[in-house]
Amino acid sequence: MLTYLSIIVTAIFVNNIVFAQFLGICPFMGVSKKLSSAVGMGAAVTAVMALATCVTWLLQYSVLVPAGLEFMQTIVFILVIAALVQMLEIVIKKIAPALYAALGVFLPLITTNCAVLGVAILVTQKGFDLGQSLTYAVATAIGFTLALTLFAGIREQLELVNVPRPMKGVPIALLCAGLLAMAFMGFSGIKIG
Amino acid sequence: MNKLKIIYNGLVKENPTFVLLLGMCPTLGTTGSALTGMSMGLATMGVLVCSNGAISALKNFIPDSVRIPAYIVVIASFVTILQMLMQAYLPALNDSLGIFIPLIVVNCILLGRAEAFASKHPVGDSLCDGLGMGLGFTCALTLLGMVRELLGTGRVFSVEVYPERFGSLIFVLAPGAFIALGFLIALYNVIKNRRSSC
Repeated sequence: MLTYLSIIVTAIFVNNIVFAQFLGICPFMGVSKKLSSAVGMGAAVTAVMALATCVTWLLQYSVLVPAGLEFMQTIVFILVIAALVQMLEIVIKKIAPALYAALGVFLPLITTNCAVLGVAILVTQKGFDLGQSLTYAVATAIGFTLALTLFAGIREQLELVNVPRPMKGVPIALLCAGLLAMAFMGFSGIKIG
Repeated sequence: MNKLKIIYNGLVKENPTFVLLLGMCPTLGTTGSALTGMSMGLATMGVLVCSNGAISALKNFIPDSVRIPAYIVVIASFVTILQMLMQAYLPALNDSLGIFIPLIVVNCILLGRAEAFASKHPVGDSLCDGLGMGLGFTCALTLLGMVRELLGTGRVFSVEVYPERFGSLIFVLAPGAFIALGFLIALYNVIKNRRSSC
């Protein structure tokens, strides 16, 4: 139980996927202009990341490793993730049109979200079992959503501020992200287990 | 189009990092020192040139409806080749770049250039575009790595400029990556505005 708790806390706070590992920066910068879209993107990433990590874990240990094809990991994983995202899009469209209206636009973007592929590869590198992998994936996605929501809140305020002209837009947003990352460094003292 | 113009376009006018803001993850994640930043840039450039050339050569054989998955397979194959080469010949560098080598697959620059340039232009031009964009990316990463290494440890490419105790470690750590890149983009904007106004 303690390992699970430790995985959760580490993935959300100590090693936050955006601020400490630099994965998923593109959606982090791109979809953080409005709070509502940030929450939608976070939810979509959580669903895809959990599903993708489970499927790629099973593939890795039931097909690739027994067949000695570990070097195919990158190609197989990215194709599986792309296919999963497509399927998820079709399924959600059919079953829950309301949810699709809210999340639909974010789903195609997720294929090129390096956080999803990153977590799938990291999990095999860390040697987690299936339960741990799923926990890690969900916790990482929560960390991503947390970072995205915090940042979107700040950026909505930034719109109203008088910023020097060359700093407008992305540069000032990056500086704010830097300060947020500094705040997250405060968590690095936490140790569990 | 003139080949030199295409290279210049990727290197300066449409610099993937400073203007298009593509491939931010490796830009921030691998620039703890000038050397790792440069190697990441070169690795990406290698894959970009190969994938641009291959996709441009294959563009008439790939059906339009499945082009994105086809591009991803081409890119992923080159990344896998690169990964195996690096594991064999540069194991230390491979360890320090870690997860970012397989993640070249999802670097938006590669898919972006395949879709926007290589699928519409002949092989020669596409190779030049890959070279220009790759060089632009490499320069940006090297520059950011140099700034961070200099401010953080007082060294550039491990050559001491001023004593390390005056450096501020924060620039080598995660927050410094965001802050340094923010200021570099602002600086790029200042220079661009000044040149266009006169």
